[in-house]
Amino acid sequence: MTLTTKALLKSLWVFHLSTGSCNNCDIEVLDCLTPRHDVERFGIKLAGSIRHADVLLVTGSCNRKSAALLQKLYKEAPQPCFVVAIGECSLSRGIFIHSYNCPQPLDALVPVSAYIPGCPPKPEAIISGVLKLIRKVKGKR
Amino acid sequence: MKKTIIPIGPYHPLQEEPEYFTLTVDGETVVDIDAEIGYNHRGIEKLSELKNFDQSTFVIERICGICSTSHPYAYVRALEDIAGVEVPPRARYIRTIIAEGERLHSHLLWLGLAGHFLGYNTVYMWAWKLREEILDVMEIVSGNRNNYAMFRPGGVRRDINPDDIPIVLKKIKKIVPTLTMLHKAVRDDPVLHARTKGIGVLTKEESINFSALGPTSRASGVARDVRKDTVYGAYHEMDWKMIVTENGDVFDKVVVRMLEMLETIKILQYCFTHLPAGPIDSGLKGIPAGEGIGTHEAPRGETFHYVRSDGTNRPVRHKVRAPTFMNLPTYKATVKGSQLADAVIILAAIDPCYCCTERMAIRDPGGKRLFDGRELVALSQRKSKLVQEQLGIRELPLDALGQVAP
Repeated sequence: MTLTTKALLKSLWVFHLSTGSCNNCDIEVLDCLTPRHDVERFGIKLAGSIRHADVLLVTGSCNRKSAALLQKLYKEAPQPCFVVAIGECSLSRGIFIHSYNCPQPLDALVPVSAYIPGCPPKPEAIISGVLKLIRKVKGKR
Repeated sequence: MKKTIIPIGPYHPLQEEPEYFTLTVDGETVVDIDAEIGYNHRGIEKLSELKNFDQSTFVIERICGICSTSHPYAYVRALEDIAGVEVPPRARYIRTIIAEGERLHSHLLWLGLAGHFLGYNTVYMWAWKLREEILDVMEIVSGNRNNYAMFRPGGVRRDINPDDIPIVLKKIKKIVPTLTMLHKAVRDDPVLHARTKGIGVLTKEESINFSALGPTSRASGVARDVRKDTVYGAYHEMDWKMIVTENGDVFDKVVVRMLEMLETIKILQYCFTHLPAGPIDSGLKGIPAGEGIGTHEAPRGETFHYVRSDGTNRPVRHKVRAPTFMNLPTYKATVKGSQLADAVIILAAIDPCYCCTERMAIRDPGGKRLFDGRELVALSQRKSKLVQEQLGIRELPLDALGQVAP
């Protein structure tokens, strides 16, 4: 593990990206920041720009219009950048799998480091998922 | 004077959904606005036509996470309109409970985000902390925090456990003092007064012309609420007030939503204490051929669903019209001439939800849009004419419209 990665894991800045979701996962991501769940105690903070972010929280079923933007944003992110798929839609497109506008799942577009299932996943699940990602990067599986 | 264009989005830190706005500004004053959506389009109407009537409710629920009750409610009402079934009283009460719980958490979510947009994060944290309590209530009642999956054509899927009711009532009672405190704090705050009073005024005439819905229209003095205007659910069986204010500015929209929360708590308490006994499902089997409409007062306004059935187990056509579709154009009227710093809160005041509003445009490979607004209007007029001819309806001159007998 490089020094940058080691330092980065102490305070992950996340960028939240909705690629055609129903809003529920996005609300639950925001919910993690509010007093009951308060992810800032783990050093996790919502970043305003992708250029400041270490983790990309992706929700939604990657429709045609936002899939191109997603790939563009992933290229703009400073490396290492971990992608976390939140919710059933970004895992497998869920209920929208037969839709004409959702041709590819998320992991066919960008490499994904962690998957958090649920529709929507509870805030506890999202926090647990991000913490598991930290442990995975550290090499303790 | 030179005009500048400021792009907002599609992925902006203030918005939790992707949408793209271009603000044309002259100095600090907003001159024009244009919106581009489509980042959330999932083709739900088509998906709904691929599934059978029962499965469709789950797709409809995922049109929007915050209105995850309003859309199924309007949809099942459309199906019940086709089949002509009566919903049992207990099911009507459970539906009302779920719908009002959703309204409560949606309004709190909005209040928090409005505070966040103003840079007043204390309101954001307080409102969302309180919202958790309501989500707990909903989790006890339905088993999930957001997508409740309680609705089915002809009734509800799950019953409310009588043992849960005292716990839920106690929780709701505990919410009231905190909510009242939050209301007073927001209502009497001089900073919020300065930021919201007289900002983004939507006059009564504009509200009627734009066909604004829900709290957006009620804040402008237009008393329009599906819960009062039509008889459905358990709303007509209890006493509650429709909140209407006159000024139409951002502050009034805040006040309408805050007072509505207290009315909603009244409705919830009445429903839990007067929950009638009996079946929760009318045992609706199959939908006959025909067409039906269903409406419901979502937290943002009237949700409208149209379903056509040909007697098979799938809808032939399913049309969804969400409240933001009507409310978003009012932004064009309210934002013009305002300061750039106020543009965000004026937009937030209509409580926009783009997931519900998503539409699709067809373009040829060169990028030219094929069906523009004028063509769609012409198509619609041609279709109306066809229907008129088939039914033998004579076209009335415009001045005669006022004199048609009801």
